[in-house]
Amino acid sequence: MNGLLTRRNIVVAALLIFLAVLPVYAAISGNPFLITLFTRILILAMAAASLNLIMGYGGMVSFGHAIYIGIGGYVVGILAQEGFPSGFVQWPAALIVSALFALVIGALCLRTRGVYFIMITLAFAQLLYYVAVGLDRYGGDDGLTIYARSQFAGLINLSSKTQFYYVCLVLLFGVIFLIWRLINSRFGMVIQGSRTNDRRMQAIGFPTFRYRLACFVISGTICGLSGALLANHTEFVSPAMMHWTRSGDLIVMVVLGGMGSPFGPLIGAVALLVFEEMLPFVIKLLGTPLFGEAAAHASEYWQIIMGPLLLLVVLFARGGINGLLAKGRA
Amino acid sequence: MLLFLEQCLNGLQLGLLLFLLAAGLTLIFGIMDLVNLAHGSFYMIGAYFAATFTALTGNFIVGVVLALAATLLVGMAVEVIAMRRLYGRDHLDHVLGTFGLILFFNELVRLIWGPAGMNVPLPAWLNTHFQILPGVEYPTYRIAIILVTLLVALFLYVLVMRTRIGMLIRAGATNREMVGALGININLLYTLVFGLGAALAGLAGLMQAPILTVQIGMGENILIVAFVVIIIGGIGSIRGAFIAAILVGLIDTVGRGFLPDILRLILSPRGASAIAPAMSSMLIYLLMAAVLVVRPEGLFPVSNK
Repeated sequence: MNGLLTRRNIVVAALLIFLAVLPVYAAISGNPFLITLFTRILILAMAAASLNLIMGYGGMVSFGHAIYIGIGGYVVGILAQEGFPSGFVQWPAALIVSALFALVIGALCLRTRGVYFIMITLAFAQLLYYVAVGLDRYGGDDGLTIYARSQFAGLINLSSKTQFYYVCLVLLFGVIFLIWRLINSRFGMVIQGSRTNDRRMQAIGFPTFRYRLACFVISGTICGLSGALLANHTEFVSPAMMHWTRSGDLIVMVVLGGMGSPFGPLIGAVALLVFEEMLPFVIKLLGTPLFGEAAAHASEYWQIIMGPLLLLVVLFARGGINGLLAKGRA
Repeated sequence: MLLFLEQCLNGLQLGLLLFLLAAGLTLIFGIMDLVNLAHGSFYMIGAYFAATFTALTGNFIVGVVLALAATLLVGMAVEVIAMRRLYGRDHLDHVLGTFGLILFFNELVRLIWGPAGMNVPLPAWLNTHFQILPGVEYPTYRIAIILVTLLVALFLYVLVMRTRIGMLIRAGATNREMVGALGININLLYTLVFGLGAALAGLAGLMQAPILTVQIGMGENILIVAFVVIIIGGIGSIRGAFIAAILVGLIDTVGRGFLPDILRLILSPRGASAIAPAMSSMLIYLLMAAVLVVRPEGLFPVSNK
């Protein structure tokens, strides 16, 4: 079999082409909701990709990764509120602030491993969640409306749905490329080596703590970028975007798509969010002939199917969708 | 001063409730090496069962006992159906699988009991005040909570340290295969331990039910605090969980009560009232960060892990 023409690569290529031409299709079919949905998917895929960098390659399971989405989003929202609408100010600021938070949180959390790391990242996420709830000046619990998307001196108009979609798409590809280069570099080898056997890496003479911390900060920064995008997308930031269930969703996306593969998070984000959109309709469609009114009622409770499904993925499909595609290519 | 005493008792009560949750979590982690995010769901289910059974039987005590038994059964069923398959897997698998269980239980509760919250009325004999010091009154029910949880803590200590079952539990934590080879039904033992953990969480939930509104997602926030407790105490250590739970309960409650006044001494009144609520929610996490800097394994690390 040709090395490039594996089933997985064909699916990934098809997905990429689909994403590239989606706005054209949406314009022809007159369905702008598709662009809105897929812009969201691209943004969350970026966040999932950043999580994949530390979780899939570095073995650091962060259960608080959504806070960097929140930090990036809040930086954009607060700057917009305070009269700095320029994206040239907002976006670098979002990245820098996310990086600083990741540096402090990482320096504390990376002192621990395993379950401790999972729970501590979760606890720090909860801490920052309460900080956001306490930000009375910026809406507190109710959140903050952003009245204008970031402005780039007329170069790009983010208010145009299509342009914003392509900005997200290009940035996402940039991020995936960056991560791919990173993990195949010497730096990435150290990170992966440290996941497999940290003590041995230290014995060879690598200061693995610094490498892992750098990796954590890079991941947080990328996630902060996705937060800045998400704030522009929804034109609204609130503590809910950094709720711990959001962090759980990110983990689900990464594992569902396939941990430790460059395109896994993208596949996972598309699969999870499209599934979330479709499941209520599917239940309604299939159930109505059989159960009538009850099915329409049941479609509200789609998470009751989602939960056990997650459990099944964990039990029987360890490599996620990516793994399934790679396995069944005979 | 009287207010301070009352706050301390409230803190003690919160700490003891946290201990019930943390003890189950830390038992399950220490013995089965399982991270159970769905532990908060048992807390919620216990509270819902208490609401239903109290309404059905018209008797609070009977309702509570039935709810406790029902939560125990649900916990054991969850272990047999789902958790058993997760032992020995990666911790990430546990996180994901039990995250799925949270979604499932939240929707199930919404399906059965509806989206609106429920209230559990207290019987008249508990809904009184008790004089702890001359002139100081404290709700009887809260005192009852403190007493019951202390008794449960004592029961746990005796069970784990002084009985044959406890010996098996401790042996199972050290070497699962060896206990199995000696002819002990280790699967049954695990099911019992998981059920016990679930029942402890359910007990915490159903005791909170008359004080708070019983609602969906009530278990999740307190679960994260319980995580903080077991991180501070050292994962796997029941003694650590007990001390850390009381510490966290006291700091959280007393902090919420007095931080605004303390901040007012150093800040302008407006500034103090603006940051005090956020600050007091953050206190326990700051405590956790401080403990981590000094002792990354918690205050009472379990040596064989």
